[in-house]
Amino acid sequence: MTDSAKIAAALRPLGDTGRIGLFLLRMLGSLRPTRSTLVNTLQQTYLVGARSLVIIMICGFFVGMVLALQAINALEQFGASDQVSLLVGKSLFRELGPVLTALLFAGRAGTSIAAEIGLMKATGQLDAMELMAIDPVERIALPRFLAGLLSVPLLTAMFNALAILGAVVFSLGVMGLDSGIFWSKLQTGVYFDQDFMGGIWKSLVFGGLISLVAVYFGYHARPTGAGVGSATTNTVVLSSVLVLIFDFIMTSFFT
Amino acid sequence: MSNQTSECAIRIRDLVFHRGDRLILDHVSMDIPRGSIVAIMGPSGVGKTTILRLITGQLVPDHGVVEVNGQPVSSMSRKSLQQFRKGIGILLQNGALFTDLTVFENVATPLREHSTLPEPLIRRLVMLKLHAVGLGGTEELMPDQLSGGMARRVALARAVVMDPGLMLYDEPMSGLDPIAVSTIGRLMRETNDALGLTSVVVTHNVRQMSKLADYCYILADARIAGEGPPGELLDSKNPAVNQFMKGQVDGPIHFHFDAEPGGWNLLQ
Repeated sequence: MTDSAKIAAALRPLGDTGRIGLFLLRMLGSLRPTRSTLVNTLQQTYLVGARSLVIIMICGFFVGMVLALQAINALEQFGASDQVSLLVGKSLFRELGPVLTALLFAGRAGTSIAAEIGLMKATGQLDAMELMAIDPVERIALPRFLAGLLSVPLLTAMFNALAILGAVVFSLGVMGLDSGIFWSKLQTGVYFDQDFMGGIWKSLVFGGLISLVAVYFGYHARPTGAGVGSATTNTVVLSSVLVLIFDFIMTSFFT
Repeated sequence: MSNQTSECAIRIRDLVFHRGDRLILDHVSMDIPRGSIVAIMGPSGVGKTTILRLITGQLVPDHGVVEVNGQPVSSMSRKSLQQFRKGIGILLQNGALFTDLTVFENVATPLREHSTLPEPLIRRLVMLKLHAVGLGGTEELMPDQLSGGMARRVALARAVVMDPGLMLYDEPMSGLDPIAVSTIGRLMRETNDALGLTSVVVTHNVRQMSKLADYCYILADARIAGEGPPGELLDSKNPAVNQFMKGQVDGPIHFHFDAEPGGWNLLQ
C-alpha cells in the first residue's frame, strides 16, 4: 500500500462522517409539517417501535433479574443486601437501560430499516419515486429517522419498567427481601430528573444515531443482494459502536 | 425527421456521455415528434436506458442538449425538474411497484402526493385506470400476489394516472410471456392514441416494435446506426442495422466485450 493510499484509507471514516452529516441535513431540510409526514412517521413508529416492544420487554425483565442477582451476591458480603434496589435503579436508569435498549433496537429495527430501504433501491422503487417527482428522502428516509428518534426513548422507559419488575420478582419473590425497604430505597435514592431522565435524554440521541446510520446505509446501498447485506452489517456495527462512544461522551460531559 | 422541430416533443442534439472512461453516447441526435411512438433499439448495454435517464434529468450529459417541449432538461433547477417530472409517466424495467402498498395505493400514490383531490375522486380515477389496463378487482392485492405481466400493467396504470403528456417505457416487454407482451403493446398504443401522448420506448424487442412503433432509432457502438419507420429498417442495407433487426450473430456488432488490449489471453 502506498503512502497516499494509506492516508486515503485513514481519512475514509472522516469522509463517511461528513456524508452522514450531510444526509442528516438533507433529511431535516425536507421536513415539512404535513399530514402525510405525520401519518408516515406514526406508521413507521408502529413498525420499528411497537413491533420491537416484545423483545425489549423480555430482555428488560431478565436484565433486571440478573442485575438483582449479582447485586445481592456482591452486597451480601458487606451485609448490605437491602441496598439492592438502589444499585439496580441507578445502574439501570443511567446506563444499562438506554444502552441495552439501543443495542437491541440497532439489531432488531436498525437492520430492518437498512435492509428495507436497500431492497427498495435494488428493485428500482426509489428510482420510480424520484421519477414521480416524489422525494425519496422525504417520503422514505425521514419518517424512519423520526420514528427511531421517537421509539428508542419510549422503549427505554419500557425496558426500565420491566427490569425493575424483574428485580422485584427476584429480590422479593426469590430472595425474600423486605418489600418496604426495597421500594423506599428506590424512591429516596434514585432521582427522576438526574437518573431516569438523564438516561432518557441519552436514549433520544441513541435513537437518532441508530436510525440515521440505518437510513444512510440503506439509501446508499449498492443495488445488489451483497450490497443490501453489507448495508445491514454496516448499520449494526457502526450504530453499536457509535452508541457506546456517544454514551461515554455524554456521560462524561453531563454527569 | 429533423425538419419537424416545432412539432418535436423531445429534441436531442449532439449528446455525448461517458461512464468513467467508457464512451456511452457519441454525438447522438434525435427528434421525437409529438403524438408518436418512437422506439430506441439496440443491443443490451449500448446506452438506451442512459438516453431515458438523460431525458428525465437523472443524468447530465457531458456535451449536447436534451430539450423536452422546448425546455433544456440539464439546466433545470431541482424545483423545476420536480415540476417537469410531474408531466411525464415512466414505466420502468421491472415495474418498480412499491412492495409495501396495495395495488390501489400504488396507483393512487402520484395523486395523493401531487394533488388535493378528495378521496372519492381519487378512488374513481384509480379504478378507471385499473379498469383501462384490465385489472379491475385487483385493487386490494399486494404486488407480490401479481404475475409479472399484471405488475407491469399496474405500473402502467400508475404511470398514466396523472395524465402525462409524455410516456417513457424502459424495456416494457422484457421477461413477459407472448400474451402479456401483446397485451402491453396494445395498451401502449391505445393509451398513446386515446390520451394524445408522445411515447418513447427503449427496447430490444424487434418484432413487437415493428408492429407498434411509428419510428425507430437503432443504436450501436455509441452512435445511431440507423433510423426510420420499422418497415424500412427491416430492409436496411446498413450492416449493423441489418444484423440487429434480423438477430444475426456475425456482423459489425460484437458479441464479446471490448476489453483493454494486454488482458487475459486464452493462448497464454
